[in-house]
Amino acid sequence: MPMAGPRSETDCRTDTVRFVLDGEIIELENADPTRTVLQFLREDLRRTGTKEGCAEGDCGACTIVLAELNRERDDLTLRAINSCIQFLPTLDGKELITVESLNRPGNDLHPVQKAMVDCDGSQCGFCTPGFVMSLFVLYKTNAEPTRIEIDDALAGNLCRCTGYRPIIAAARAMYAEQPDADDWLRQASGTAKKPDARLQQLKSISHDAGLAIEHKGRRFLAPASSDELAEALAKHADATLLAGGTDVGLWVTKQHRDLETVVYTGRVDALTKLEVDATHIDIGAAVTLTDAMAIIVTHYPELDELFKRFGSPPIRNAATLGGNIANGSPIGDSMPALMVAGTTLVLRSLRGTREVALDDFYIDYEVKDLKPGEFIERIRMPLPKQGTVLRSHKLSKRFDQDISAVCTAYYLELDGDSVTSFRMACGGLAATIKRATHCEAVIEGAVWSAETISLAAVALAKDFAPITDMRASAAYRLRGVQNLLRRFYLEISGELEQTVYTYGRQG
Amino acid sequence: MDARAKSTTRRVAVGQALPHDSAHLHVCGTAAYIDDLPEPRDLLHVAVGMSAKAHARLVNVDLGDVLAASGVVDTCIAADIPGVNNCGPIVADESIFAVDTVEYAGQAIFAVAAETVDDARKAVKLAHIEYAELTAILEPILAVEKKSFVLPSETIERGDPKKALAGAPHRLQRRLTLGGQDQFYLEGHIAMAIPEDDGGLLVYSSTQHPDEVQHLVAYAIDRPAKDIVCICRRMGGAFGGKESQAATIACIAAVVAVKTGRACKLRLDRDVDMIMTGKRHDFVIDYDVGFDDTGRIQGIDFMFASRCGISADLSGPINDRTMFHCDNAYYLEDVHILSHRCKTNTVSNTAFRGFGGPQGMFAIEYAIDDIARTLDMDPLEVRRRNFYGVGERDVTQYEQKIEDNIIADIVDKLEVDADYIERRKAIREFNATSLILKRGIALTPVKFGISFTATHLNQAGALIHVYKDGSVHLNHGGTEMGQGLFIKVAQVVADELGIGVDNIRLNASDTSRVPNASATAASSGSDMNGKAAQIAAAKIRRRLTEFAARHFAVAEGAIDFRSNAVHVGDSTLSFAELVRLAWFDRVSLSAIGFYKTPKIHYDRETFSGRPFFYFAYGAAVSEVVVDTLTGEHRVIRVDIVHDCGDSLNPAVDMGQVEGGFIQGVGWLTSEELWWNEAGELKTHAPSTYKIPTCSDLPTDFRVELLENAANREDTIYRSKAVGEPPLMLCLSVFHAIRDAIACADRPLPDLQAPATPEAVLRAVEGLDS
Repeated sequence: MPMAGPRSETDCRTDTVRFVLDGEIIELENADPTRTVLQFLREDLRRTGTKEGCAEGDCGACTIVLAELNRERDDLTLRAINSCIQFLPTLDGKELITVESLNRPGNDLHPVQKAMVDCDGSQCGFCTPGFVMSLFVLYKTNAEPTRIEIDDALAGNLCRCTGYRPIIAAARAMYAEQPDADDWLRQASGTAKKPDARLQQLKSISHDAGLAIEHKGRRFLAPASSDELAEALAKHADATLLAGGTDVGLWVTKQHRDLETVVYTGRVDALTKLEVDATHIDIGAAVTLTDAMAIIVTHYPELDELFKRFGSPPIRNAATLGGNIANGSPIGDSMPALMVAGTTLVLRSLRGTREVALDDFYIDYEVKDLKPGEFIERIRMPLPKQGTVLRSHKLSKRFDQDISAVCTAYYLELDGDSVTSFRMACGGLAATIKRATHCEAVIEGAVWSAETISLAAVALAKDFAPITDMRASAAYRLRGVQNLLRRFYLEISGELEQTVYTYGRQG
Repeated sequence: MDARAKSTTRRVAVGQALPHDSAHLHVCGTAAYIDDLPEPRDLLHVAVGMSAKAHARLVNVDLGDVLAASGVVDTCIAADIPGVNNCGPIVADESIFAVDTVEYAGQAIFAVAAETVDDARKAVKLAHIEYAELTAILEPILAVEKKSFVLPSETIERGDPKKALAGAPHRLQRRLTLGGQDQFYLEGHIAMAIPEDDGGLLVYSSTQHPDEVQHLVAYAIDRPAKDIVCICRRMGGAFGGKESQAATIACIAAVVAVKTGRACKLRLDRDVDMIMTGKRHDFVIDYDVGFDDTGRIQGIDFMFASRCGISADLSGPINDRTMFHCDNAYYLEDVHILSHRCKTNTVSNTAFRGFGGPQGMFAIEYAIDDIARTLDMDPLEVRRRNFYGVGERDVTQYEQKIEDNIIADIVDKLEVDADYIERRKAIREFNATSLILKRGIALTPVKFGISFTATHLNQAGALIHVYKDGSVHLNHGGTEMGQGLFIKVAQVVADELGIGVDNIRLNASDTSRVPNASATAASSGSDMNGKAAQIAAAKIRRRLTEFAARHFAVAEGAIDFRSNAVHVGDSTLSFAELVRLAWFDRVSLSAIGFYKTPKIHYDRETFSGRPFFYFAYGAAVSEVVVDTLTGEHRVIRVDIVHDCGDSLNPAVDMGQVEGGFIQGVGWLTSEELWWNEAGELKTHAPSTYKIPTCSDLPTDFRVELLENAANREDTIYRSKAVGEPPLMLCLSVFHAIRDAIACADRPLPDLQAPATPEAVLRAVEGLDS
């Protein structure tokens, strides 16, 4: 094993997590590495407004908001997060805003809360604090949301009582009043002043060093650089690499696993950078899906629908693109599109860096071309070439926040009628995300026609032998992917302009 | 006589669209649910050890490692139960902890009590349980073959269905599969049991039926009911899922509390909740229908086989209600209904909004739709052709004469309001040129019977205290699960006393204040508790009136209660002032009210009588678009007209209609329960079980409460029950999808429910035919 550098592990690092809550700086020395923010709120602080509905980030009853320092804009970025699967040490340097943060003495409701009351947006009330927090982010970030934007903002919040109509009404009504000019929390998007005091406070606790926390024999390491991350992984062979925690969180809340060493990527400088160079979108592995998708969609607007249907805002705000790729689930929705686009991964370890094509990264179920001590540092997605097409389709029981039964992506280059290049990758059909090589062979070089597609659809049966599970039967998965290929053909030929997802939803 | 004092109150609060009584607390996160209550200092947290097998003999249960685990204080098995090992509400056939045999994957075998929730849940995994597997029956239809039933099969027959079927010009038969549904209340099951002195036990339970929790806990810990108090201020949703099922959770918490002598809280994790507790029954349904050229049904034969799971639970009355509602709004002259209550090695199914009614309606609506498609008629025409008449063709298959039929009027109105005919035409034009996307439309009616079918359950109590300062404490036997019962009852009491609802404290449901209350179920909450509370308030008003007449020497007729004041002749004093004077005069300021629903009677032996006090009606038109390549669909527009009688609170009722409808749409579209071959439920969390989200709400959603619709029966302010009936409006979405598929060259689509993309694609491609 390579020797660690001259610095000891605790050099420049702190064992104290600092974050802001209601204007107070909370300092937690050697906090439990895998205690969730929800447990901390409900059990330690007895702030019980935030609820547990599922403990897996799928219902939104536990939604809280994190305000983070955005140094470029010298402003705050507000993000809704599922507190049930967010580990406490990841709050370091941030402001935590819970439903109680909005409360004022007496009946002085926040405009979001008031709109929810006025519109009959609550019945049993259990999901309500979570909705209030998601609406709060919408209120602070969008001055006039469309129905689609409201749907998207609330996609991570389940309500079983109201049927959502009154909550959507509240999302429209909440801007009606602009009370209390001095209270930043109550200033809607477009009217908000710069939160100088908040920024100042966050700056006072922000630092570029890492975290090194020890708690009853378990540790949480948050390195600040790729070098330190490589060292940490080399030193702790059994470490659990934590990015957004939308999967690892469930190991703790559902499987009750004790994680000895957690190494967090979220503070690593190189992993949190997002750049576009002459040829590629270069995305640090710890960049959130929200941020990564925003930049990808500006170059690949056809991926907008897929990304809207990927998880939910709280999930996308926590989860990272690198985490989705490294996790390597056969039903990960980002990879088919990245794969057909020709994306490469920059892998890093103490031995240095190497670059592999995403195509070659997945070997078998949960087996990746990732050596011990190695991690994904950056994801390099080529910028689109003129005249090429990249699309992705997803099939699931529910449009929003569902896991795919089938997810497909296609890359197409045409020269007149003939196909000069065609790539297709699919999720949900095999042990890994996988290219449809038989299908590609039929289409590449052939005439772009319905006949070619029919032959290619037959070839898909050679590419995939899917399984039956709770999401779909094997037969449906295969039929689904064949029909999605047909849909792609009809879309390209202009015969099918809309998906059911967008149908009738303009405005 | 004052119990039946005639109400002369005016409607001030009643009929107002007041917000939910706790709305201001919900939005602030300050409404306390059981897990939010302050915890007793010695509280232990309980977790449940569940069976991994669907059917097996328990060879050995070794909890040594569980007991040795960090933080664990004690474990509990069947032998530790001091009283009766039963949590079956009607039939004593369901154990709290399994004894020798486990009958479903997820059945409770033991409990562990530990210092923290994490300690308890981690320890559960350390149990060593040896099973000797037995043959499991996992499908209802297999249960029918093997005659595996939780209760005897039941039959209703009227006329001569065999002859009618044989003589009908047309005949159709079909087998339907209809999925179940998880209640998916956002607050999972929870109970906290706190030992009190002298053998008492205080149980906080998230339950629709505190009385049943009280009694089942009493039996389990072998104490009389007087020693047990069950309290529930509010639930985070219930939908029937906390009618009988809450008792299991409460009994476990109680038994562990008694064994350890410490307060115990059991909060089920979402996955455990979904695995361990019952759901809406899934069904296999056969129908055989004969009809004439106009689409009128000549005779019909239904076979219903429902998945009841391992025990009777509420399956008896649920399946009875299926038999009572397989007519929906249609007159079935010659009819045979056979109902099997199948015992399967799956969790015992239970109440869910509609209580078997939706499944019955699903069957008849499918048959009606098939008749129309066979005759190439608009299904709406066939529906009308078969509607119950007014003054003729108006007796149900269980011999109740329908006296309040307004379905034809509602449907006529909706047809016009929703522009049904033109839109249906436009849809067909669209479909003629749209290759892949097909649209569909359907209008379906709802007629739903209101009352518990078990007559004795139709009783309610209330207890009202007026304090010396004129503020009022309201208790009744109903529970608040989000449906707005508490505000509705408060509105009634406010008007009875001429005070504002703000002067009334809505107390938690509490068995020590109102005893022997029925479950808040069968949509009956405001009907029954509203009446009981009104009676209690009227007694107090009566006493105050008598006192005021005496005290001020005026005629009783000159005394009027309104706007927090009492008008005595020409002078006025505040309600509080009168109350204080009355107290000085030693007038009782506390009263109970008791109500029993009139007119109903029902003989379960013959399945005949008047089980329902009245019916609630409604209708919906839904339009959808279907992708015939993938089977995905989207609901584009929905129009609803629903009958709430003279609404006690239109805002609350609107919430019930909209929310019930969307919940029903989930049942018939995206919500799929899926068991693997070992009988394990694999859809046990929101990651795998998909209830509707915000974007599933149609962009064009027009809901109207029927106006001038006073209940013909003497219900509370002539309102109608609204909890369950709107759920069944969702059938319009299912049949709109069917309509779209029919337009894709599949004239008689074989669409199974739920209409997931997969089910729709199978129907489009004719794979099941």
